[in-house]
Parts: sequence; C-alpha cells; structure tokens
Amino acid sequence: MSAAPPTEVEQAGRAGHAERAAAFVANGPRAHWHDEALWWVRAKRDRAAGTIPEWEALRDLAARIRAHVRSNLADYLEQFERNAIARGAQVHWARDAAEHDAIVHRILSSHGVRLVAKSKSMLTEECGLNPYLEARGVEVVDTDLGERIVQLARQPPSHIVFPAIHFKKEEIGDLFHEKIGTPRGLSDPTALTEAARQHLRRKFMTADAGITGVNFAIAETGGVVVCTNEGNADLGASLPRLHVACMGIEKIVPRLEDLAVFLRLLARSATGQPITVFTSHFHGPIDGGELHVVIVDNGRSRLLADPSHRSALSCIRCGACMNTCPVYRRSGGHSYSAVTPGPIGILLTAARSPSANPSLPLASSLCGSCDDVCPVKIDLHSQILELRQRLARAGVAPLGKRLAMQLASRVLRSRALYEAAGRMLRAMLRSAPRGLVENRWNAWSRQRALPPAPAESFRDAYRRRLDGRGARRVDGRGPRG
Amino acid sequence: MKVALFIPCYVDQLWPQAGLATVELLERLGVEVEYPEEQTCCGQPMANAGFAREAEPLARRFLDVFEGFDAIVCPSGSCTSMVRNHYAPLVGVDPRYPSIAHHTYELCEFLVDVLHVERLAGRFPLRVGLHQSCHGLRELRLGSGSERMVPRSGKVEPLLASLAGLELVPLARPDECCGFGGTFAVAEEAVSCMMGRDRVADHARAGAEVVTATDVSCLMHLSGLARRDGSPLRFMHVAEIFAEATA
Repeated sequence: MSAAPPTEVEQAGRAGHAERAAAFVANGPRAHWHDEALWWVRAKRDRAAGTIPEWEALRDLAARIRAHVRSNLADYLEQFERNAIARGAQVHWARDAAEHDAIVHRILSSHGVRLVAKSKSMLTEECGLNPYLEARGVEVVDTDLGERIVQLARQPPSHIVFPAIHFKKEEIGDLFHEKIGTPRGLSDPTALTEAARQHLRRKFMTADAGITGVNFAIAETGGVVVCTNEGNADLGASLPRLHVACMGIEKIVPRLEDLAVFLRLLARSATGQPITVFTSHFHGPIDGGELHVVIVDNGRSRLLADPSHRSALSCIRCGACMNTCPVYRRSGGHSYSAVTPGPIGILLTAARSPSANPSLPLASSLCGSCDDVCPVKIDLHSQILELRQRLARAGVAPLGKRLAMQLASRVLRSRALYEAAGRMLRAMLRSAPRGLVENRWNAWSRQRALPPAPAESFRDAYRRRLDGRGARRVDGRGPRG
Repeated sequence: MKVALFIPCYVDQLWPQAGLATVELLERLGVEVEYPEEQTCCGQPMANAGFAREAEPLARRFLDVFEGFDAIVCPSGSCTSMVRNHYAPLVGVDPRYPSIAHHTYELCEFLVDVLHVERLAGRFPLRVGLHQSCHGLRELRLGSGSERMVPRSGKVEPLLASLAGLELVPLARPDECCGFGGTFAVAEEAVSCMMGRDRVADHARAGAEVVTATDVSCLMHLSGLARRDGSPLRFMHVAEIFAEATA
C-alpha cells in the first residue's frame, strides 16, 4: 500500500487550491494534527528568535544585504565564478531547467555515473532533475530522510524544510516495510530513522557521484555552503569523487562575514535551532575529485526585472512563512500543486508562470503573519494582493465574479443606490424563509449563521438620534461649518 | 477638532450597534463627531479580491466625502488600513490624500494616540477574549504581534483591562487569523471555517464569556460559526464593551 493519503496528490492538477484544500480539511483529525505539528515549529521558532536581542535588526540587515546583492548581481556572480575556478571548481551556466538538467546529465555521463546520492535541493525539484536522470538510466537516491520518504512514496515534497511533514510515523513504518524491508508495524521514530540510515549508508558507499543544493555561494571566496541536519550532503559530496552543486543565481552573499548574518537567521527561522547540525563549506574539489557548480537562471532574471516582486529573490528557503501560514497549516503542501507551497510558493509559482495556477493568490487570508516571520522581510502578503490585481487585470476571474464586482462598485458609488440595496438586503434577511437564504448554494451560510439583520441601519439610527435631539443633520459632503 | 465618523458599510447595514457604541463612547469622552451621510464603502472588498479598477472610484469618492476633517475615526482596523496603506495606487497623485491617510484612525488608535486616553472609567465584570484582527495588528501595528521580537505592547488590551471587573483571558494562539479574509471566506470556505472554529475553540477553552475584536468582519464570521455550532459565547465589538461599561 502507499502509506500517505494520496487524495491531495491525485487531485493536484484538477480544480484549484480551494477544492484541494477542502479535501484536506474534510479529514478533520488529520488536518488538525498537521496544523498542530507546524504550529509547534512556529512556536519553537519564536523561542529561538526571542533569544537574540538584535533579531529585528538582523532581519533588516539581511534584507538589505539581499537587496544590495540583487542590485549588483552580475558583478557578484562573475566574482564568484572567478574565485570558484581559482579554487579548482568548474562552473557551468544554465539559462533554464532544460539546460540545467542537460548539463548535470552531461557531467554525470562523462564519468559513467549510474548511482547518484543527492541531498536536498529545491532547485533540482524545480528543474525536474530526478525524472530526467532516471529516464536516462541514472538512479538518483534522495538522501535527506524526509526527501527519501517522499521519493519512496513517489510523491512530491509537501514542505521545503520538512518534505514528509504530511506523513504520520505509522505510515512511514508501512512505507519502509514495503520498500526497504523493515519489520511490519514499526512506528518508533528512532528505529525508523536507524533503518533509513542503514539503507542510505549502503547507497552512499556505492554512489558514483553526489549532487547537492547550495544554501549560499560566497562571491569573495568562491565557495558554496550547504546546511543540513543529517550530514547527508557531506557524505554525498565526500565519499564519491564527483560533486555537482546546483544553485540559483540569487544564492550569492558578498563576503564570508555576510554569511554569518544569514546563518544566524536560517535555522532559527526554519526549525527553531540555533544553527543546522552541519554547515559545510565547499571550496574547490576534494583531493583527486571534481567539483562542478551549476548556476541556474530559470526565470530568476525575469523576476529580478519586476519591481513589484523582485524581493521574492531574497528568500533563503527557511519555510517559516509556511509554518506560520494558517492556510498552509490547514490545507497541506500538496494543495498548492506547486514546487514550493505556502506564501512564498504563491509568489514563486506566479513568477514562473503568471496564469498557470490562478487559484493560488486566493489561497491566503492576507493576515500578514508571513511578512513578520520572514527573516529577510519579504512583503509576502502585499505581493499576494498585487498578484490578485494582476490576475483581475488579465481577466482570469470567472465572469460571475467580475460582474458582481462591477455591480457592487456601481451601487456603492451612489448613496441612494447603496441605501436602497442595504434596505433590500436587510428586509430579505429578516423576512425570507431561512431555507431560501441559508442553503447549500450560499458559501457563507453553509457553515455560518448569518448575523440577525437589524431593522435599522446605523445611518437610520444615527439620523433618528440627531432628530430626537433637534441637532443639525450633516447632509452632503465635508464637515459642517 | 472636527472629527468624522467613518462607519464601514457592513457595520452600517449588519452590525449598527458597533457604530452607535462608537458615537456614544466618543461623545462621552467629549468629542463632537459628525457622520457624513454620503459615505458608502471604502472599496476594500473589491481591492482585496484584486479588482483595483472597481475600487478606484470608491477610493476617490472617499476623499470627496471626508475632505476637510481633522480626524476620521473608524471602528475597524481593516478599513482604516485600506485608507491609510492601500489607497495610494488607487487615488494617484491627489493633494488631499496624504493628510487623509495620516488622519484616518482606528478607534482604539484614536483613543490612545490622539486623545491620550489610558484608562476608561467603567465596569464590565466578564471574562473577555480579545481577538486580534490581522489588519489592525499587522498593518496598523495596534500591538506588537507574536511574530516580532520587540517589547510586548498593545493599544487595545490596556483599554479593555482598565475596565473594572474585566478579565482578559490568555489564548493559546494570541493572534492567529480567524479566517474571514474578505472574499477568502467564500472562495476558500473550508479552510476559512476551520480557521474560525479553531479560534472559537481557543477562546472557549480559555474560559472567555465574551469574544471581542476591533473588527466586526471577524466577529460576523466567528459568531456565525459559533451560533451554528450552538456555542454560548457572546461576540461584541470593543466599542460595544466600552460603551456598555461606561454607560
């Protein structure tokens, strides 16, 4: 059996976020468990951030370093390339996902690689590297525990930091029993982790190459930095002779000392740890080996040219916006049907393909909590609102909604029409049979009672109050004399 | 000081008691208010759904209606934020806008920042849960918010806590969104209602008898869920509590 509930995944591609989210919410206990699990991470983040007196200043600084790098990106990328080459690395440039995949495959096939140990990389997920390599006879083993779980279950990750957060431990036990031969019914996290460790250790020992993502690339030193909790990137990059590191063009930090700013923010924001267990700096290849750095654009320079959304390139992939998002926590990562879910995923998905997933900008209550946890201060909720405006301008909204908005705007431009519409609404709510108002076609009242409609509006009551006092009424516009 | 009342359309039509309580409270504090009857809606429902073109004429109309007052007071954080933070691209370059943006206040903000009220004399002997409406909290900064590592502060809690007998109950999640979110409430009905039920449950577990907020929109959503589920909780706008307590 396939352990995790496949429903959301199966439904991806059909309908929109609201329908997929409704399917997730329909399993109430599971949705609550998911919400609580991620809220626990959010609370841990709060405690960790609270230990740093200069936390808010650090966020400011990080945002400014990111903005500075964006404004000087070409220079920093070239500086990084020069220094990386001087350290003995080979640097490749990929315009898009297809070029990236072809470059990685060319490197691997020139070394006769058949088995690759890959550590977590949202970029290779974005580029569809695994299926590309598998179709060409290269076996890719994801070595991050969570990524290995979703890989064995043939699912996409549902979170960028916790790829298998939607799995319960019993389901992982079933999956491991089926795929890697653990005893039936195993659900103890320590035992499951140990089983995965032994399974992965065999893969590490026989892998011909390691592929890693890149958390930060230091222009000044030409080194790349990878942060993990499991040390899997280090094993994958050190046991085989060949290391391919894949990075987006936005991963640059100018100097080593700037890296410290981001390292202090990253793990605290992501998991509430002071720092990841491993922070590995790769400066040039290991003795007798090769280090290849593949630098990928894939739409990022287009995003850089967009003044409303370029700050999305500041993202350091901590996932804090997902953990705090009340919608993400209650709809699950797969409901976004996107490489990156949650608030930042809404922005990055739209940047890649503006009209491909038009329900995503609506998958937010615009509460703004994401803005305030973001370690690099991306104004996520304002940008989601801006995306809604782009979609409306492009005429993507259903005709009914467009007409309703036009009608409302027309009515609200006239005091007389507004007052008449208000009276009608209240009269209808007061006198119409309840079944006529509160029925299954009314998305407000399927689960919510309508407020008891008052006989009198505020303005009616206010007018009566003034008349009763003999005070002068304020008609028309502007203040009275 | 010429003070205009800005009463959001849904308060005017569906929860007028919050508007009337605002008038009573302000008059009791010696503020003479005017209610420009030409006002309708600030345009937020359209703007938040992305329909900026439909919101534009309403934003310009707002400037016409509220031009020339020293202060514009509104019993809603969300509508106040709409005017202050989201009108600029809608109204373009209008010489009236900067002053109107600067002088439009949410009610508690007006009490604390303009009238310098620190305490309200009155009695409200009930256990109250404060729902922090998101736009008031995070767009107007009526409070510090649980996300930010800044000294804890708030404009609403001290006013409530100053009422004799009123006990503010501690919530497990002090400022999570209720799930109203304008058209979100309908477009994402399932998630919206789950969010709302979770908030109601948090207040109930904390022992609240009354749930209050700076925004009626949150209260309509939460009370609608609570009523359908048979919860005994009462839902009152902060102005209603202030007015009832100081009567």
